[in-house]
Amino acid sequence: MANFWTGYAWPTVITAIEVVIVVVPLLLAIAMLTYAERKVLAFSQLRKGPNVVGPFGLLQPFADGLKLLVKETIVPSGANRVVFVVAPLITFTLALVAWAVIPFDPGVVIANINVGILYLFAISSLGVYGIILAGWASNSRYAFLGALRSAAQMVSYEVAIGFVLVTVLLCAGSLNLTEIVEAQRHIWFAIPLLPMFVIFFISALAETGRAPFDLPEGETEIVAGYFVEYSSMTFALFYLGEYGNMILMSAMTSVLFLGGWLAPFGVAPFTWVPGPIWFALKIAFVLFCFLWVRATFPRFRYDQLMRLGWKVFLPFSLLWLVLTAGVLTAAGWLPQR
Amino acid sequence: MGLLERATRSLLLTELLSGLGLTFRYMFKRPVTVNYPYEKGPLSPRFRGEHVLRRYPNGEERCIACKLCEAICPALAITIEAEPREDGSRRTTRYDIDMTKCIYCGYCQEACPVDAIVEGPNFEFATETHEELLYDKEKLMANGDRWEAEIAKNLALDAPYR
Repeated sequence: MANFWTGYAWPTVITAIEVVIVVVPLLLAIAMLTYAERKVLAFSQLRKGPNVVGPFGLLQPFADGLKLLVKETIVPSGANRVVFVVAPLITFTLALVAWAVIPFDPGVVIANINVGILYLFAISSLGVYGIILAGWASNSRYAFLGALRSAAQMVSYEVAIGFVLVTVLLCAGSLNLTEIVEAQRHIWFAIPLLPMFVIFFISALAETGRAPFDLPEGETEIVAGYFVEYSSMTFALFYLGEYGNMILMSAMTSVLFLGGWLAPFGVAPFTWVPGPIWFALKIAFVLFCFLWVRATFPRFRYDQLMRLGWKVFLPFSLLWLVLTAGVLTAAGWLPQR
Repeated sequence: MGLLERATRSLLLTELLSGLGLTFRYMFKRPVTVNYPYEKGPLSPRFRGEHVLRRYPNGEERCIACKLCEAICPALAITIEAEPREDGSRRTTRYDIDMTKCIYCGYCQEACPVDAIVEGPNFEFATETHEELLYDKEKLMANGDRWEAEIAKNLALDAPYR
C-alpha cells in the first residue's frame, strides 16, 4: 500500500499540480496575446485598438470570452455531431499537451524526457488532425477547402522544420530540450545558425497558420476556412488552440535558438534576472514578431506558398544541414557524449 | 539589375525587412482615432444634418408655405398642406418630412426663400422605430427652437460665400 502512495498516487498529484501551474498562466497568456495582437495591429495602423473594457481595454479578452461562452453552439444539420465537437477539443488539447516538455529553468519542467524535441515535433504534427476533422465534420464546402489547404500547408512546412531541428540537434548533441538550452551557454544558436533561425521562424508562421500564411482561414476568400461552421465555445476552443500554438512555437524558437532561460551574454546585470523571466521575455519578443509580421505582409497565394515551402526552404535547409554537419566534423566541434 | 544583385537582395530579405521597418515606425506615430461618443471631429458650417423649421426673432414662424422645398425634393420626402391663417397670412397646417426617405441633399434649404427649412448640425438622431423618424411640423419647430443658436451662427459663417 505504501508503494502505491509513494510510487503512484503522490507523483500523480504532484504532476497534476504542476500541470495547473503551467496551464493557468498559459491560458492567461493566450488571453493577453489576443489583446496584444489587436493593440499591435491597431498601433501600426494608427488606431487605438480596444480601450473601453477595463483600464486600457485590458479586460477585453475576458469580455470576448464571456460573450462566446453565453452564445449558442450551433451544429449544422448535415454535420457529424461527435467529430464536429471533438475536433476543437483535439486542437485545444494538443496546444496544451506540448508544454509538458518545455523547460522554464534548469530542472523546472513537467516531463524531462530524453526525446523532448521529437515529442514537440510529433505533437505539432498532430495538430493537423483537429483541423482536418473539423473541416470534414462540418459538411461544408468552405470548411472542407480550408481544411485541405491547412493540411497541405502544415505537411509542407513540417519538412523544412524537421531539417532545421536536425541542424540544431547536431550542434547541441542531444534531443533533450534542457540540454539543448545548456548547449547554448556560450553562444545562442540564432547567431551561428541565423539562416536556419529565419527559416524556422517563417515555417512557424506557416505551421500555426498565421499571416502571411493564413490561407486556411483566408477570411476574404473562404470566410474563415475550417471553422466557418463553428460558434460559441467550440469556436473559442479553436481560437485558444491557435493562439496556444503561437505561444508554443515562440517557446520552441526561444528554446532552440534564443537560449531558453539563459541570460544574454551571461554577464552580471543580466544574470540577476531569474531564468523563467528571461524565457518569458524571449517568448514575448517572438510573439511580437508574429504580430508584427501580420501587420506588415499581405497573404501569400497558394502556389507561392507551396513554392516557398518545397522549392526554397526544403533545398536550402537540406543544404545548410549538410554544410553544418560537414563543418562540425571537419573542425572536430561535434559535441562529445 | 544583375542576377547576382537580385539573388542577394532576395536572400538577405532586404525588401521584407524594410517593410517591417515601416510598420515598426508607424507603431510610434500618434493614432488618428477619435473616441467618438466622448470626442467628436469638427463639422463644417455647411454640414447637412437633421432638419429644423426656424422662427423669426419675434417668434413668428418663417415658413410661408410656398412649397418650393416640396417641389424640389428629389426623394419626395416632404409633404406640405397649407391654408390662410385668421390674420390672412399664408401658413402651413401640415409640414411632414420622412427622414427615412430624405437623402440629405440640402436642396430644400437652397430652395427656401425665407431660410425657414434648414439642415442643422445635428447628426445624432437615431431612433429605435421607423415611426419616430416621420417628422411632423411640431417636431421640426421644436428642433428649430433647440438648434437656433448653432444654425444662426452657421448661416452667418456661410453667408459670405453665397
